[in-house]
Amino acid sequence: MSLSPASMLEREIYGRRSGKRGPEGLIMTISVAPFAVAEPRNGTIRDKLQHYLPRLVLAPSFLLVLVFVYGFNLWTLFLSFTNSKAFASSTLVGLANYQKLWTWTFETDPPSSWYTALVNMGIFGGLYVSICLVLGLTLAILLDQKIRGEGILRPIYLYPLALSFIVTGTAWKLFLDPRIGLEKAVHDWGWTSFHFDWVVNPRMMIYCVAIAAIWQTSGFVMAMFLAGLRGVDGEILKAAQIDGASAFATYWRIVIPIMRPVFLSALIILTHMAIKSYDLVLSVTGKNPGGAAELPSTFMYSYTFTRNQMAVGSTSAVIMLMTIAAIMVPYLYSELREKNR
Amino acid sequence: MKVRSILMASAMAVGAVGFANGASAADNKEVQMLHWWTSGGEAAALNVLKQDLAKEGYTWKDVPIAGGGGEGAMTALKAMVAAGNPPTASQILGYYAVDYAEAGKLGDITALATKEDWAKVVPTALQKFTTTNGKWDAVPVNIHSVNWVWLNKSVMDKIGGTEPKTFDDFLALLAKAKAAGVIPLALGGQPWQEATMFDSVVMSTGGPDFYKKAFVDLDESALKSDTMKKSFDNLAKLREFVDPNYAGRDWNLATAMVIKGDALVQVMGDWAKGEFKAANKEAGKDFLCYRFPGTDGSVIYNTDMFAMFDVSADRKGAQLALADATMSPSFQSAFNVVKGSVPARMDVPDTAFDMCGKKGIADVKAANADGKFVGSMAQNYAQPPAIAGAYHDVVTKFFHGEIKSSDAAVTELDKAINAAK
Repeated sequence: MSLSPASMLEREIYGRRSGKRGPEGLIMTISVAPFAVAEPRNGTIRDKLQHYLPRLVLAPSFLLVLVFVYGFNLWTLFLSFTNSKAFASSTLVGLANYQKLWTWTFETDPPSSWYTALVNMGIFGGLYVSICLVLGLTLAILLDQKIRGEGILRPIYLYPLALSFIVTGTAWKLFLDPRIGLEKAVHDWGWTSFHFDWVVNPRMMIYCVAIAAIWQTSGFVMAMFLAGLRGVDGEILKAAQIDGASAFATYWRIVIPIMRPVFLSALIILTHMAIKSYDLVLSVTGKNPGGAAELPSTFMYSYTFTRNQMAVGSTSAVIMLMTIAAIMVPYLYSELREKNR
Repeated sequence: MKVRSILMASAMAVGAVGFANGASAADNKEVQMLHWWTSGGEAAALNVLKQDLAKEGYTWKDVPIAGGGGEGAMTALKAMVAAGNPPTASQILGYYAVDYAEAGKLGDITALATKEDWAKVVPTALQKFTTTNGKWDAVPVNIHSVNWVWLNKSVMDKIGGTEPKTFDDFLALLAKAKAAGVIPLALGGQPWQEATMFDSVVMSTGGPDFYKKAFVDLDESALKSDTMKKSFDNLAKLREFVDPNYAGRDWNLATAMVIKGDALVQVMGDWAKGEFKAANKEAGKDFLCYRFPGTDGSVIYNTDMFAMFDVSADRKGAQLALADATMSPSFQSAFNVVKGSVPARMDVPDTAFDMCGKKGIADVKAANADGKFVGSMAQNYAQPPAIAGAYHDVVTKFFHGEIKSSDAAVTELDKAINAAK
């Protein structure tokens, strides 16, 4: 039996109702538990097994990650310094590929595909992450008011996540298509001056991608926050109530700061989803008309696999990785260091 | 107990697989074929080939990957070849075949080609993709051409239009349709579709010699010439006749607009005919096919090929059988009647084809004789994928107004092509 992330979260939420653990348990229990094994005190087989079993069980996945994530990261880095075209080659060309992308970064009239990709990443990533966080938190707080029917409402918000991005993208493309979707429906209802053609306007397409992505993921973020809210100690809230804090102040000053670790996990999940989103862009925009719906991921794929310029594709992948690292590493560092203090 | 029985069972299964491999190693009768002809009509067309091979005792194993353009298939193929486990043959397009040949991944079927004298019956320009240094390593299945226009006949009758012979005629016809309240030009605003249409516009504006100089030779003076500028201006004129919702539309939806009579005409390769056929429309009665105005006599081609990979000796027999069966006139005729394209052999009788197919076959023969048979730039038959991709970028950016003038467009085209070289 396998559980989808959504249903695991559901269990997490149910489990938290009575539990007293802090919200940081959500991510920390997963990574900490395997190492929290005591050293063997005596030489019985059982103790030895207990000592080595966790390492033994972790070894295959550790090896797989080492080779298939970090190994291939290094391989991509190597390719970015070569002149690889259709197939990988080992002829080194130095920084030529980086120079090419660097020049393209500043070509704005007409915009180069790489420039468009970066701008779109900024627009899409910024909107997607911030709106998902705000919407997710708001929904979670509203659902946390002990309302009736929470059991029905929660899955309704959560289940868009069960769809694949292709399905979401195609559905939203059809829904927003002025000829058959929203615009036509509103016209049929009598509001004939209504105009909404973003999905067929290359300059506005990226916003449609953001709308579809937010629709898909904000419920998931809501579930994460809900799990966090359920973990907040009721005693603290009662104390705040006795001190006469308003509901707004309680959330703003007490609950949200306590949930900082949830923000961290939500932010990491959303950021990586934004950066790797590929199928959604293609299905909403219809293969990049006008070259205006490019994202770094589509750029990387098209150069590596369609245009047989593997070296340029690898270079863009390396730049993507470095950019993410530049944003995430300091953030992770500050968050995790604070906790260790 | 239970564990032991599972172990036993899996040991037996491994043994059985090993035995099966051992048995087939002597002479492998299996044709492993990677292709993306999975939709109804195409799959049926390919069935003809499967049956031909079955008669000779060869079994067929698909390595199918869904998706019309074959991007996913190309990636899968690359992985198989890189892992040293190529299929017997794979459907392949344009310069991708050249890439595999240059990387030394393709086999050699020259003996068969010489025996059957393929060099005489396959159009000369096309042999660039099926041979490497005079060595045959691929077989062409069909010839598509992109310089066609497809019109709805009842709409044409309603607006009283006649066959446009020149680009200006074409504009006049489109204007007539616009005045009658029909969408004149059904276009899918995706980079490859716009670039495919631009192939025809360049041919119409500059003629076959200019086309060859600019796109096949990549002559810089031709790329930056006034003729190229005029081609972009002509493309901009066509932009006036599309409906506002064209951006991102799939090509078959654009064809459907013509089939339903919502639009007058689509500029598209002859694979569009398959859509008309699937809707039970008849050439000449329900729809009309003309060469793109001003390109009559020339053929801008693309072709589907089967690349023959360098396989182990025991699989060579099956490979040759596949190549032979693919080049047989009966298969070429049967397959292409269904597919909408024309046979890659010029000696196949046209009796089974409709009027568009008959015209296509005659055009290929004439164009090959006159040196007007040229590869499509948009479809990777004039230049490698890197340059074709740069071409797509410039054309689509111009068509959607990111590049604002034809002056800027030719500068960008030259720059993009140089960067991709």
